[in-house]
Amino acid sequence: MMHAALSALLSHWWRNPLQLFTLVSGLALATALWSGVQAVNSEARASYDAAAATLDEGSFDQLVRRDGQPMDLSDYVALRRAGWLFSPVIEGRVDGVRILGIDPLTAPRGLGPVDATVGPDIGAFMSGAGQIYATSRTLDTLADLDQIEKVEITDTPPNVAYTDISVAQRLLNRAGEIDVLVIGAVQPLGQLQLAEVAPDLIRRQAQVSTDIGKLTDSFHLNLTAFGLLSFAVGIFIVNGAIGLAFEQRRPVVRTLRALGMPLRRLIVLISLELLGLAIIAGTIGVGLGYLIAGLLLPDVAATLKGLYGAEVAGTLQLRPSWWLSGLLIAVGGTAMAAAGALWQLSRMPLLAAAQPRALAMAAGRRAKLQGIAAAGLLLAAFVLGLTADGLIAGFALLGALLIGAALALPVILDRFLLWGEGRATGVMGQWFWADTRQQLPGLSLALMALLLAMAANVGVSTMVSSFRLTFLGFLDQRLASELYVYADTPDDAAQIAAFAQGRVDAVLPIQSTQVQIAGVPTDVFGGKDHSTYRDNWTFLEATSSPWDDVINGQSILINEQLARRANLTIGQSINVAGEAYEISGVYGDYGNPIGQALINEEPFAALFPDVTPQRFGLRLDPIDVPKFRDDLRAATGLPEANIINQAGIKAFSLGVFDRTFTVTTALNVLTLAVAGFAILMSLLTLATMRLPQLAPVWAVGVTRRQLGQLEVARAMLLAMLTAVIALPLGLALAWALLAIVNVAAFGWRLPMYLFPWDYARLGGFALLAAALAALWPAHRLAGTPPAALLKVFSNER
Amino acid sequence: MNVKALILCLFPFAATAQGFAGLGAGADSFSVPAQDYVFDFPADHGPHNDYRIEWWYLTANLEDADGTAYGLQWTLFRLALSPDDGDGWTAPQLWMGHAAVTTPTAHYVTERLGRGGIGQAGAVPEPFEAWIDDWQLVGDLDALAMRASGPDFAYDMTLDAQGPLIFHGDQGYSVKSAGGQASYYYSQPFYDISGVLMLPDGNVDVSGSAWLDREWSSQPLGADQTGWDWFSLSFDDGAKMMGFLLRQADGTAYSSATWIAPDGETEAFPDGAFAAVPLDTHTTAGRDVPVQWQVTLPAKGVDVMVMALNPDAWMDTSVPYWEGPVNVAGSHQGVGYLEMTGYE
Repeated sequence: MMHAALSALLSHWWRNPLQLFTLVSGLALATALWSGVQAVNSEARASYDAAAATLDEGSFDQLVRRDGQPMDLSDYVALRRAGWLFSPVIEGRVDGVRILGIDPLTAPRGLGPVDATVGPDIGAFMSGAGQIYATSRTLDTLADLDQIEKVEITDTPPNVAYTDISVAQRLLNRAGEIDVLVIGAVQPLGQLQLAEVAPDLIRRQAQVSTDIGKLTDSFHLNLTAFGLLSFAVGIFIVNGAIGLAFEQRRPVVRTLRALGMPLRRLIVLISLELLGLAIIAGTIGVGLGYLIAGLLLPDVAATLKGLYGAEVAGTLQLRPSWWLSGLLIAVGGTAMAAAGALWQLSRMPLLAAAQPRALAMAAGRRAKLQGIAAAGLLLAAFVLGLTADGLIAGFALLGALLIGAALALPVILDRFLLWGEGRATGVMGQWFWADTRQQLPGLSLALMALLLAMAANVGVSTMVSSFRLTFLGFLDQRLASELYVYADTPDDAAQIAAFAQGRVDAVLPIQSTQVQIAGVPTDVFGGKDHSTYRDNWTFLEATSSPWDDVINGQSILINEQLARRANLTIGQSINVAGEAYEISGVYGDYGNPIGQALINEEPFAALFPDVTPQRFGLRLDPIDVPKFRDDLRAATGLPEANIINQAGIKAFSLGVFDRTFTVTTALNVLTLAVAGFAILMSLLTLATMRLPQLAPVWAVGVTRRQLGQLEVARAMLLAMLTAVIALPLGLALAWALLAIVNVAAFGWRLPMYLFPWDYARLGGFALLAAALAALWPAHRLAGTPPAALLKVFSNER
Repeated sequence: MNVKALILCLFPFAATAQGFAGLGAGADSFSVPAQDYVFDFPADHGPHNDYRIEWWYLTANLEDADGTAYGLQWTLFRLALSPDDGDGWTAPQLWMGHAAVTTPTAHYVTERLGRGGIGQAGAVPEPFEAWIDDWQLVGDLDALAMRASGPDFAYDMTLDAQGPLIFHGDQGYSVKSAGGQASYYYSQPFYDISGVLMLPDGNVDVSGSAWLDREWSSQPLGADQTGWDWFSLSFDDGAKMMGFLLRQADGTAYSSATWIAPDGETEAFPDGAFAAVPLDTHTTAGRDVPVQWQVTLPAKGVDVMVMALNPDAWMDTSVPYWEGPVNVAGSHQGVGYLEMTGYE
């Protein structure tokens, strides 16, 4: 009996391979988008988590020589013998790979790769020809070092290789030298004074990497939001396919039950069947997702590196957690989609007649309920939009907005079609509007998918583009100088300033100190009056002449973080080290975790006489940069690392910035394709059911070709209406992401810019997708044999 | 290649198939101890780089003015990755220091690691100094200064020898298994020690007695030996006793003992003469460790109970073991030190 029942149930799929395809591919696509985005996200995270765990991120305090030169072994040993637990590091490049030579015996925990896939052997690491640890790609770059054993590890930053300090000294040809001493977190009692033992060394504080973390988090949040939206789109498709399959299998169910099959067992059988399909589709989906991630990852890696300097390995590992989460999401999605249908099935009277149009009828009955739910959700979204100020509230707003809008879509479309029907003249027109309305319930799931896909596109591309514009402005503002030079001591600073004076267009000292302003820890900068600032700084809000006010010495500029935290705005007065200043401007300061403020250099010098500038922005003709740089190094002995060619970095950043759009565009195209696919599948399945409604129209003289053209026109009309609704929804989505979620998550609000041309193009794509989706069903309709249409009348119940 | 993992693989102490801490691994091209060795001092107080492993191991039983008992440990291990020479960073000598202070209620431990070739750690015979970082044991073997520091404790002590060096086994050739594995092993068990312990609750002036062990070998354990229980006991009548059990994988043990008369005369006892039976175990750091023993050496009328001063004297170092002061009662009264390895 079980076997017979199962084969009866499964035979449905053999007879309707298209439905099977819809179900499996819909689910697979949804899973693919979800897991692809997750894969990119987690890969990028894992990669720079590994980077953050290493010396790269400067997570340890360090000692370096005041003059920037390497130190001697004797310096190190003297410090150890004075009780200071330091560990030596030497670094350099071989074939472009950053080689870090460490001493594993003294290295504090966490210095060096975090996890080893291969059992390490201290003897092999420290003696003989030595070993070198890196990712396989990095090791490939170092293929020339054939005498050293290469050990592959995964969780290390790209382009960094670890080896013993003795091996590194040999590779770099720097016997006996040490660049940096890493300071262990735990020090013993009774040490001698550091200044006494090592007067030549200065302590460099561990870098705080919050800024990178925050910014990359922001990017990931965007991607995650996209992944969720994509999955929602996919689930609509699955829901449609399953609902349809249940409708069509009612006669089978009825027959099986009439033959004595217990209802409970039937439900178990169907559940098992769906579980099997979900697992198959989920597996395909994870595979596809992996493919998507593989294609996207190099761009994401480049984006993150360019934007934030976060290194991401451009390679993908298939982590078991993706398989699991991908399959779970597929099975969960199927369960969600099937729950309603199974519930209906369990309550169906034993001999209920097969109702091919039940879906439509039920949808009609449910429309009122749906309308009420939609109104409630949209109202909730509106209220949340006015009041939400936390991350959870932000996501609740997104959820209410999206689900509310999706539920409202059929109701709105129905109203509009009713209105159109009332305005229609001529019998053909009236039939067109009425028939479109009639089809709406069957298409509404696909249209909801389209709505969400388009809204996601509008929302995410608005967000990303706004992000880009803002960031470009920010880069212009902050990286205006051609060269940035960092001195380690005030003497060096004076030397640099003296050397640069006259050789460059302007020397802009960068000096700051940390104070409390309105209870917020804030870096106060002393700025010079220069067109570099006037031309490049943009303000979120400002007086009519913010710079003149600052130059006059009475005003202060503050960053957005300070303004938000201390609830400040322009015109207000704040105290800096006892002096009152009026706020003349608030500027965006992305990625900075603390407050920042700027006053003119003269009052700064008066307030903080002890602070001397040790950093300088140098303005000069970009063509002169390389030469000046060499001259400066020759004259002052400044280490390479202390001179940063920000213009070069900026140019590079701008170049790779646009790769963000490669990612976004690829995801946009994919979601739209999925939505288009949903429309195609809905139309195809509707087509077979619609013959009874089309046959009379054909019988009164409308040609099959005309019917086909009307089919396409109908799909495009619905798509266009959906697009019109999707635009405000997408903008609302972008607004919620920029103004609520971002503020809650990161403390700054990104201004929202509009890109009408992009939206128009997107609408065009949506219409194109709908037209393409409708073409094949229309073509099939146009080719329906008259006999099939005639049969409708003979079979009429 | 996490540091912990590296250190775990670092010699003496990862428990491996080759006996405890790899001490049962083959000697390869290292020198091996031979009978009838003639010690050459002060040179033999210094390192023997052609042997794989060596230690300077000092333990002390101390008391403060109130009569509270303390234990103290200062240990420097040397391990050669290879018998070949090298200099600077490439020298194959690795050094590991362990320092501990045990009170009846607390146990402070710390560890240092370093390389020999760069001067961060090492030992020289004349004038004698053994050191790693700021820790040192310096002077000559009759009068030493000793210091060590950790994140939560430090000490600064002076030691004065009140008797001669003594040699274990056959004139310093100490057999460790029926298979003939052996080490060179001598001690200075007659130190008076005094100084100051710097503990979280403040400084404590202490004095007492200390015992220095010097041992080197290339393959001190048989491959089937899994750990040892080592006793150094100082009785109130001035006599002293060193005894150890080397536990074997089949459940039996190889024992050895040295009786040290108050004047430094020694008598060595072969396998089987010395016995130690655990009476009670204590769970510390997740391991069951025997902290009370019945120790007998019938030939000398010794039948004593040995009890840990602080059963939680667990050495949470790269390779963990138990090491702490003990009290002795029974046929003889006294104090001593107990070291137990291989309790994983």
